[in-house]
Amino acid sequence: MKFTKQTKRDLYTCVMVILFYVVIQVLDKAGVLSFHIKGLLVPLCYYSIAAVALNLVVGILGDLSLGHAGFMCVGAFSASLFSVAVKESGMPAGLRFLTALIIGTLMAALFGFLIGIPVLRLNGDYLAIVTLAFGEIIKNFLAAVYLGYDEEGLHVAFKSFQLKGEGKMLINGAMGIQGTPTDSTFTISIVILLLALFAIQNLVNSRAGRAIMAIRDNRIAAEAVGINITKYKMLAFTVSAAIAGTAGVLFSHNTSTLTASSTYFGYNVSILILVYVVLGGIGNIRGSIIATAILYILPELLRGLNSYRMLIYSIVLIVIMLINWAPAAIAFRERYGIRAFIGRKRENSGKEVS
Amino acid sequence: MKKRVLSAMLAASMAVSVLAGCATGTAPAAQGEAASGSSGGEAFKIGGIGPTTGAAAIYGSDVRDAMQIAVDEINADGGINGYQIEYKFEDDEHNAEKAVNAYNTLKDWGMQMLIGTVTSAPCIAVSEKTKEDNMFQLTPSGTAVNCVQYDNAFRLCFSDPNQGSASADYIAGNDSLKGSKIAIIYDSSIEYSTGIHDSFVARASELSLDVVSDTSFTTDSNTDFTVQLQSSKDAGADLLFLPIYYQEASLILQQADSMGYAPVFFGVDGMDGILGVENFDTSLAEGVYLLTPFSATAQDELTVNFVKKFKEMTGHIPNQFGADAYDAVYAVKAVCEAQNVAPSQSVSDICEAMKKGMTEIELGNVLTSPTSITWTAEGEPNKDPRAVIIKNSEYVLAE
Repeated sequence: MKFTKQTKRDLYTCVMVILFYVVIQVLDKAGVLSFHIKGLLVPLCYYSIAAVALNLVVGILGDLSLGHAGFMCVGAFSASLFSVAVKESGMPAGLRFLTALIIGTLMAALFGFLIGIPVLRLNGDYLAIVTLAFGEIIKNFLAAVYLGYDEEGLHVAFKSFQLKGEGKMLINGAMGIQGTPTDSTFTISIVILLLALFAIQNLVNSRAGRAIMAIRDNRIAAEAVGINITKYKMLAFTVSAAIAGTAGVLFSHNTSTLTASSTYFGYNVSILILVYVVLGGIGNIRGSIIATAILYILPELLRGLNSYRMLIYSIVLIVIMLINWAPAAIAFRERYGIRAFIGRKRENSGKEVS
Repeated sequence: MKKRVLSAMLAASMAVSVLAGCATGTAPAAQGEAASGSSGGEAFKIGGIGPTTGAAAIYGSDVRDAMQIAVDEINADGGINGYQIEYKFEDDEHNAEKAVNAYNTLKDWGMQMLIGTVTSAPCIAVSEKTKEDNMFQLTPSGTAVNCVQYDNAFRLCFSDPNQGSASADYIAGNDSLKGSKIAIIYDSSIEYSTGIHDSFVARASELSLDVVSDTSFTTDSNTDFTVQLQSSKDAGADLLFLPIYYQEASLILQQADSMGYAPVFFGVDGMDGILGVENFDTSLAEGVYLLTPFSATAQDELTVNFVKKFKEMTGHIPNQFGADAYDAVYAVKAVCEAQNVAPSQSVSDICEAMKKGMTEIELGNVLTSPTSITWTAEGEPNKDPRAVIIKNSEYVLAE
């Protein structure tokens, strides 16, 4: 069997994730891992998943979306709502979480599709602004809605109300959903990360993926050769929203409280994910995961530096950005980097660089 | 070109190392002290969590510093049951996810008891974890009902519903405020504000207070309040109840002033700090009522001492969160002494003893209550609220 260069690269990414998982498991068994590191693993995975999802829109489709936190929010709330509602019904935890994952993903996909219909008629900056607005609408809507059931049935309102007799508040306005079972584990998160990678890499390498990239590279030319622009843009956007929704499910099942506040689902979070994507390299799926890992873990590891850690974090952001993208740095890397070194060696030994 | 890249890298690494030097130079001085003091045996490891960066930083940093003062005092005085206290505070950025990370960091450090977290939503998330580990948790200022939903968690401040109904009670019982037409402006996107608002409205209707206007805003629209103020003014309200934080309250006071609307303003503990807002004309806050358990201008010896030490340490006057934290450390001390808790016990054993002890003690001589504090098994404190009124840019106890 012969692999193409692209397939090989995709495989390396999956192998990297699996290796990371194995190393962590070994360290865990050896008892070297602190509670702190263990607590960071699940967030690391769901932010990676969100970054990979956003990369599909930003890197592969070539459109800027600032509303991905909104899709995470949809996934998180729909899945949490389900989990809280069936928590006492005696459904086995594994099945419940699987169903929650599916519900969260589908709901986010649905919202991605619905929002995509008006939004994807726009391009560039306009698209970015409108997705940002939709993300905020989703968040603010969920922060304002009250949902509960009692003897008289289900109640939905935008003002708090009193339940009659036996009943339960499911979404309590700004207080959100409380008591979500903490089902997210590192293993499940890694499996989902691999599935997300698998889905996106296959999409990119398929006929549809080539069409999507053609739209990115030259919209007019793509339209001229008969590619259905709306269809493929919609496809990429919906898949991306669905995967972001899955990340949201993991998020909501990691801590027991879920509130639709700006801290977790505001545009700042969308931009944070975008930072992971940009610093990892736009269109580079593996880069997104590595950038997320570094940038999520860094402020946590710098806890010892107290209030200076945020300053150092921002300096690191600037330095990474310069190293990645400054023309001088790129030239330096090309001349003296590892790849250049290997390439030269190969040339010297007379082998062909494939 | 190579030289330039190299020099940039060197500059960056130097900046980092210099900053790192600063950080280790200032902050952990107290830790070193605690460690040297504990050379005779083990020490209690008490952790704290709260926002010291981000929008809610003022609350977290006051709690951090006030706890440091209390810990230093106790250590200088011989510690708890003869054991010194080691104390460490972690930042949570007012974010539930980061709060759990901070909690895990403290667990690695060997924390035995948690005084925290400072804000409500992170507190609820952390209480899930402390329950799993059966670790004793005392939040100085987590006001949401669910902060203390488990039996290992207690709080020192009033809960949200408690503050709302206490405010209504105070208004109904005050001769000059009773009978006024009440308008409410609250933040519908945060738990703290909606919690107080809901219980205030419920209690107000029981007491048949006259609520004529009830408007809200969200954290994303917290800069322009003219619509809400106009609605209050049109309804003829002469008392404006503001169960919100002081940043927004300061804007409301300014905007009400510029539209010539001058009702009586009534706030709760989130209003505490309004006199410290930069570029805020404090004369606008004259006559503002706020229901807060702590007044930095109280003349009792304890408050005077605490405020003096706090001012020396940080350069500003402590808010109510700091006072809550100070009392929380002493509450832990009192219970440990009553139950004869030793640091050699396991986290879970300490928690069991503390749980039992909390409901039995009566903590007198405190900053945040005119008399004393007792706790119920549900984790709620019993203490009397104090109403203060702002006069000549100072908090003065209201009659």
